[in-house]
Amino acid sequence: MTVKSRSILAAGAIATTAVLGLVGCSGGSGADDSGDTTKLTVWVDAERVDALKGVAASYKEKTGITVDLVSKANADIKDDFTQQAPTGKGPDIVMGAHDWLGELVSNGIVAPIELADKQDEFLEVAYEAATYEGQQYLLPYGVENIALLRNADLVPNPVATYDQMIAAGTFVVESDGQGLANPYHLYPFQTSFGAPVFGSDDEGYDTSDLQIGSDGGYAFADWLATQGKNGTGVIDTELTGDIAKEQFTSGAAAFWLTGPWNVGAAMEAGINVAVDVIPTPGPEAAQPFAGVKGFLLNEQSKNKVAANDFLVNYLGTVEVQNALFDSGNVLPALTESAEYASSDPIVAGFRAVGAEAVPMPASPAMGAVWEFWGQAEGAILNGDDPTTTWEKLVADIQAALDK
Amino acid sequence: MTPTNTDPEVVVSPRQKKAARLAEAASGGLKIILLKIVLLGIVDAIAVYALFVLVLKDEWLVAAIVAVVTLVVNWIYFSHRAIPAKYLTPGLIFLLIFQVFVIAYTGYIGFTNYGTGHNSDKDQAVQALMSSARERVPDSVTYRVTVVESLEGLGLLVTDPDGEVSVGTATSPLTEVDNAEIDSNVAVSVPGYTSLSFQDVLQRQGEVFDLEVPVSDDPNDGVLRTGDGSSANIYLSSLIYDEQADTMTDAETGVVYSDSGTGAFTSESGEELLPGWRITVGFDNFARAFGEESIRGPLINVTIWTIMFALLSVASTFLLGMFLAIVFNDKRMKGRKFYRIIMILPYAFPAFLSALVWAGMLNERFGFVNEVLFGGADIPWLTDPVLAKISILVVNLWLGFPYMFLVATGALQSISDDVVEAATVDGAKPWQVFRLIKLPLVLVTMAPILISSFAFNFNNFNLIYMLTGGGPRDTSAGINVGATDILISMVYKVAFTGQFRDYGLASAFTIIIFILVAVIAVVSFRKTKMLEDLN
Repeated sequence: MTVKSRSILAAGAIATTAVLGLVGCSGGSGADDSGDTTKLTVWVDAERVDALKGVAASYKEKTGITVDLVSKANADIKDDFTQQAPTGKGPDIVMGAHDWLGELVSNGIVAPIELADKQDEFLEVAYEAATYEGQQYLLPYGVENIALLRNADLVPNPVATYDQMIAAGTFVVESDGQGLANPYHLYPFQTSFGAPVFGSDDEGYDTSDLQIGSDGGYAFADWLATQGKNGTGVIDTELTGDIAKEQFTSGAAAFWLTGPWNVGAAMEAGINVAVDVIPTPGPEAAQPFAGVKGFLLNEQSKNKVAANDFLVNYLGTVEVQNALFDSGNVLPALTESAEYASSDPIVAGFRAVGAEAVPMPASPAMGAVWEFWGQAEGAILNGDDPTTTWEKLVADIQAALDK
Repeated sequence: MTPTNTDPEVVVSPRQKKAARLAEAASGGLKIILLKIVLLGIVDAIAVYALFVLVLKDEWLVAAIVAVVTLVVNWIYFSHRAIPAKYLTPGLIFLLIFQVFVIAYTGYIGFTNYGTGHNSDKDQAVQALMSSARERVPDSVTYRVTVVESLEGLGLLVTDPDGEVSVGTATSPLTEVDNAEIDSNVAVSVPGYTSLSFQDVLQRQGEVFDLEVPVSDDPNDGVLRTGDGSSANIYLSSLIYDEQADTMTDAETGVVYSDSGTGAFTSESGEELLPGWRITVGFDNFARAFGEESIRGPLINVTIWTIMFALLSVASTFLLGMFLAIVFNDKRMKGRKFYRIIMILPYAFPAFLSALVWAGMLNERFGFVNEVLFGGADIPWLTDPVLAKISILVVNLWLGFPYMFLVATGALQSISDDVVEAATVDGAKPWQVFRLIKLPLVLVTMAPILISSFAFNFNNFNLIYMLTGGGPRDTSAGINVGATDILISMVYKVAFTGQFRDYGLASAFTIIIFILVAVIAVVSFRKTKMLEDLN
């Protein structure tokens, strides 16, 4: 009998402790929203959280909707969203880049948003990039493209052509190392020969129209061979981003083809940086790729009306786009804010180059395309025959697209 | 007095057993009982809290598992019989969560088509397809709207750019009205309908978002939809979903896509509409791994290289470590301690940092090795398939020999000098002493370490990823794979790089790796039992 009563006593004590523990637990966690306030969860790249805090507060003031900003590491945001969205527990809105669209749309986890008649308020390249297969999925806030950084102390005046640039000072552009070139950085040179990767129609890129194998493509391949190991050696597959940065910031190189993300490092190193248009080796204009950043709407969101309102009627306004620019110095996607940002000569320089920029293709097949592309360009630079290598590249890309 | 069971003369009756238990329980002391109560109380509190959260989120299966496990744990610690279980339970629970569940789940994924385009269930796929098929009628204007409600349900009060006002619901198409109340050029209310404030709209977001008001009696004129409750556009859908037949029809071309069990709506010609959904595909992934020419070739090459890499790494690190251990074990050597510390340094740095530094040093045109040691030669250390393999082995030797050196030193020092002396007295040469006496004795200690080192190198992802990234790439392969890829880095590339993720195929590869490593480990451990017979 004593055993029994002791067990009962113990069980009672455990129940009491459990209840106490529960009280302790529940005190610490926020109560669930009881339904009388709407809460939007927004995943934000860690660098942008502070800029959006004010935005979220003023939106709550205006509409009563709480915007809960969750800071995410830039490297994880896409994968986490892809895994969580189908469970219905993902965020309502997620910050992302336009070249994710192919993958996210194939997974059916982003919903179209309607910019409707607001589309003309955005820079053309931003609006194009926000569109995938004829639907808009992205509310753009920033546009990034590469341009030519010039060390103004070494070369006081802009150069007109590629050959003049090579004569004026050392030029660096980053490659991926290990025999791979970086097609993203070489794209302006490629387009100057009139060989974009795809043709485009009014719905954006037409991936069935492969332009890379046009005559211009082969002209570019021939030119690339003259810049590699067996030619001038200006473009080097082993010159990685870090080495390029080191060369420019130490003053060894006078020109650096890179994006706004590296300007800070160059300025900190005390370089007198000027931003120029990209001098072209070919007959046509250099069209760098533009990467457009923005906000995406979760297809499984339970708060689509609030989320749409926040995206289209709020994040697309001048004040918000200006605030985001002030936090990160990325050229705003809204034309009016882009004007405001252009008072900074660096931003203005990138914008001038960006006027020619085209959105990076967002097709899910791009992963494979980039890879073959970097490989082929690297092989040409390192002495392979340009024509046959380029032929193989075109065939490989076609196969990757047909898969 | 407690009767003991060890005495064969004493026959213990149940009553005596009970008495013994009572005495034992009483002698436990109050502190132990209290500690037990507090600890169990905390566990139960966390479990109950977890149950609350899970039930609120409708996670019934997980909730049931948590409840059962909690009950079992309580029973174990209250019962007087389950003595072994009391010691094993915590470890078992963690084993189940972190090992068994992960392996089982990976195994399950290996039999599905989970990956890009097959990320969720069918309902969500249908929803996503319909939502991306909804296209705004080109050049149509945006209308200002107010969400209203009548007996028919929700509707829209629409003001077009010319100031014309009309109203409609999901069942009755738009009709013009002229008695609406206008506020700053937008109709805000109309008799017969209640207007919803923005807050009301937010309360019923799902309904409002899904509301479609036909523009006219002709469905080809499209429907009005509002995304934000204040502006609306006219949409037409390019896909028609027939719920009865479970088919999608392209409104323009008339092509019918049906669910033919492939995990996506598929047309007669085999065209798939993405997104699809997750289905189990049986042994398809394994069939692809072994059947598709473009995957089988690389898979076999990678498997051979993985085994070679692991074997050669173990052999080279063991030989060098052993050699150095013997050299630095010689009492005639001065400054042994100092040298030993130097030897251990490569082991003291984080491996993937070292691998990155080596990658920089081996750079073809800017690296220290080519620039300084080879006088500016362009030796493609990491870009030539054969040289890259050699570089990997050399760097791994550099990273791995200190560990073997440490273990071998310990093993050598545990061999008593008498044995060696006796052998020397019997006229054995140093080489014979080493081969016939020291090595077998050292191997007894080292064999399990060699096996675990093999298993570690078999999955040495850091080194491969940081040093060569698996490159140089094999362009003829159907998957992203390079000359120095080992199985684990190939799995990583298939699952987590590029935009076509293929978790199903990657999991199938993982199962193959698991089987390989398990077989090798079991066989080797059996073999090492033979060594122990030497003692």
